[in-house]
Amino acid sequence: MRPLTEDETKTMFEKLSKYIGENIKLLVDRPDGTYCFRLHNDRVYYVSEKILKLATNISRDKLVSVGTCFGKFTKTQKFRLHITALDFLAPYAKFKVWVKPGAEQSFLYGNHVMKSGLGRITENTAQYQGVVVYSMADVPLGFGVAAKTTQECRRVDPMSIVVFHQADIGEFIRSEDTLT
Amino acid sequence: MGRKLDPTNKVKRGPGRKSRKQKGAETEIAKFLVDEETEPKRLSSRARKRAAKRTQPSVPAKEEAAKKQPQKGFTDENSEWLKPAKRKRPADESDGEEDSDSEWEQEEDEEGVVKGAGLEAEKADEDGEEEGEEEEEAGGDEDSDGDEEMVDDYGATDDSSEGEGDDADGEELLPIERAARKQKKLEAAMEQESDEDEEEEEEEEEGSGSEHADEEDTVQANIDEMDRFKLPDAEDREKEGLLPLDLQSIHQRIKDNVDVLSNFASKREEGKERADYLSLLKKDLSTYYSYNNFLIEKLLDIFPVSELIDFLEANEVHRPVTIRTNTLKTRRRDLAQALINRGVNLDPLGKWSKVGLVIFDSSVPIGATPEYLAGQYMLQGASSLLPVMALSPQEGESVLDMSCAPAGKTTYMAQLMRNTGVIVANDASAERLKSVVGNIHRLGVTNTVICNYDGRQFPKVMGGFDRVLLDAPCSGTGVISKDPAVKTSKDESDIQRSAHLQKELILSAIDSLNAESKTGGYLVYCTCSIMVEENEWVVDYALKKRNVKLVPTGLDFGKEGFTRFKERRFHPSLRLSRRFYPHSHNMDGFFVAKLKKFSNTVPTLPPGEPAEEETVPAETETPAPSKESPKNPGSKGKAKKPLKVKADIAKGKVATNGAVAKKVAKKPEAVLKKIKDGKKKPKVAKEGTETVKEVKAEETNEGSKFEKNMGKKRKTLMKKTNRLGKNKFKKFKKLLKKEVA
Repeated sequence: MRPLTEDETKTMFEKLSKYIGENIKLLVDRPDGTYCFRLHNDRVYYVSEKILKLATNISRDKLVSVGTCFGKFTKTQKFRLHITALDFLAPYAKFKVWVKPGAEQSFLYGNHVMKSGLGRITENTAQYQGVVVYSMADVPLGFGVAAKTTQECRRVDPMSIVVFHQADIGEFIRSEDTLT
Repeated sequence: MGRKLDPTNKVKRGPGRKSRKQKGAETEIAKFLVDEETEPKRLSSRARKRAAKRTQPSVPAKEEAAKKQPQKGFTDENSEWLKPAKRKRPADESDGEEDSDSEWEQEEDEEGVVKGAGLEAEKADEDGEEEGEEEEEAGGDEDSDGDEEMVDDYGATDDSSEGEGDDADGEELLPIERAARKQKKLEAAMEQESDEDEEEEEEEEEGSGSEHADEEDTVQANIDEMDRFKLPDAEDREKEGLLPLDLQSIHQRIKDNVDVLSNFASKREEGKERADYLSLLKKDLSTYYSYNNFLIEKLLDIFPVSELIDFLEANEVHRPVTIRTNTLKTRRRDLAQALINRGVNLDPLGKWSKVGLVIFDSSVPIGATPEYLAGQYMLQGASSLLPVMALSPQEGESVLDMSCAPAGKTTYMAQLMRNTGVIVANDASAERLKSVVGNIHRLGVTNTVICNYDGRQFPKVMGGFDRVLLDAPCSGTGVISKDPAVKTSKDESDIQRSAHLQKELILSAIDSLNAESKTGGYLVYCTCSIMVEENEWVVDYALKKRNVKLVPTGLDFGKEGFTRFKERRFHPSLRLSRRFYPHSHNMDGFFVAKLKKFSNTVPTLPPGEPAEEETVPAETETPAPSKESPKNPGSKGKAKKPLKVKADIAKGKVATNGAVAKKVAKKPEAVLKKIKDGKKKPKVAKEGTETVKEVKAEETNEGSKFEKNMGKKRKTLMKKTNRLGKNKFKKFKKLLKKEVA
């Protein structure tokens, strides 16, 4: 476990900012204590300093996870957000998409969101903007990338994709083994 | 999803049922019309049925009728059957008919009718019976349609034939009336089943053979078979081994056997020992429920006979599915509403839990709803809520969960702590930790460190926890309904092995605790086993080896832990622990004990203490030889307890004189502290003096020789110590003080 390098921090923050914009600073400066990002087994964990101190007792090979896993660095040093980060993305998300109850299940199985399943979408969403996907009952279901701007969404036919799927909470079951 | 599924189902179901019903009514009417015209024909068909049944060997056929009821009786719907109180009824009512006010009118009717209509039949011999009964029926039909079916024994007791019987008899009744009657009959059948035996017995005593015939067929059958319960002798049993097993007769025999055992004085057969009955019962139980002998014997030690049957029956039934609301993400009311909207039928778990919900049935897979994936609830047995409630972790504490997979309890702790403080979730299996990671993230728990140590090494990694939860790996005898393989796969060595592991784990769990913690210092030990070896014994062991005491668990239900079990006597405070059983609490078998650590010092640590259990190998933790050399025998003696002496004896060759001396020199401070506490004063003092002498002796003698003699000496010493006077004690105390100074 080690702190992120400059590059890694940059890559990760760039990725995060696609979803939560400048709200990143709310993640770092929290009123309830210091939180920090740590790298362990290529994965980035977001953890309180207090817990971190305790975790240092544990040898590297025995430590499985600490705090919340945000995602992992690929071999090509790109950062990939995991669904486990959703708890921190959802409250700060700038752009949101709500899916209709009928399309919920389809999204939870890893499919893109179609226009037909689109319930609501934040105004002024740009194309390829990172969005957090909610159910109509405001339960965060995952996140993805807007395939079209809000304006375009109004016009397209029902079967066209409006949000590209990136991660959904179905992965807690589907890819339990690779979460960490 | 559920919304989609529901309508389709309804569409399919609705018309199908309806049409079927209508058809049934039509055919019934048709039958009714036809019947009047061709009554002989109908009778003959029934007679044919009878004949068919008669041709089979009489015993099994009759038993079948008797048998069907018990099996029905133990389904989940009849939860009353799972309770021991009901079970005792037949025994209480041993005098049968007179005192059974609840005897059903129907039954009385039956008898009346039978006696009236079938007098000839009474005297008819076996071959003639058939005809006689036909006559009976004919008479009954004419007399009263309503009561006739009661005469029809098959209708009254046997479900399969019931329908047809009803068709014939209940033509004039509305369907709903018939349904009501059917249910009534079912109840009656259940009742009868218990009463029948007694009736039979009485009649048998009277010795009137003619009485038999006027009973219904089923009753008759039973009379033939087992008037009064007789123990089969050795020859019979041998024969049994050769013949194919008849489970139903075995079940009947179990019931009778239990009946006799619960009223042994009055119902026993002359000249038969209780042991005879018990051995037969054991054999029958293991065949009927397919347990191995070892487990049945173990269970028989734990439960009284009648309760044992309830327990075994409860193990055949699955416990209800329960979920726990994740209060970090939602509230129970909201969750319940959301699930109800998905077509889930649920109810709050009980008064004792504010987060539990019971799922009765569901049109959607309960482990894959969007609510589940969003982490709003966790699928978790009711029993696994209990240890966490007992632990009651507070906000801001540091808590250790020693074997956490699959994190049901860990996440419950986190939600009680509202995601503050630290939880260290440990598990020995890396494979199972994957589900831990998934669940912890899914439920939005952020205060955990997940690690993969062997629990036994944990004190070396980290210590000073405010609370520790040890859900020890166990033989799983409490969750047989979940994993029936336990029935046959466990034997003595398995129990011993897990008990040994548990003892190691509980010590290391205690060592990870911080007794000085302001809010905590608590350990909750729980297992999903009901074996005494894995529960009370382990806790008792911990009480002896560490400075811990039992405290109330805070759970207001459950049975008290054993303080005495067979030849074992445990610390009296063990009644503060709680046991939960499938048959009495409708949750998995479980054991919960809450311990408080009151001192961080480890009282005594000989390298091996086989006093408890000879199979236990030497402790991993060997005490470092203390630096202060023994100044006088008194100081040595203090730390040494009689148990240890025993240990030494057992170890024999291993413990050389020197080694013993070293051990003895260990930690006089710990004992001193105790003395200051004042609580354990006399005890320690006693032990002290006792051991002082021993040590003296030890120094003079040669090692192994001494150890051989020691046993005798110890006994005599014990006596001496019993006479320890006040003066002696004071003297001894002074000595101690001096030494400390």
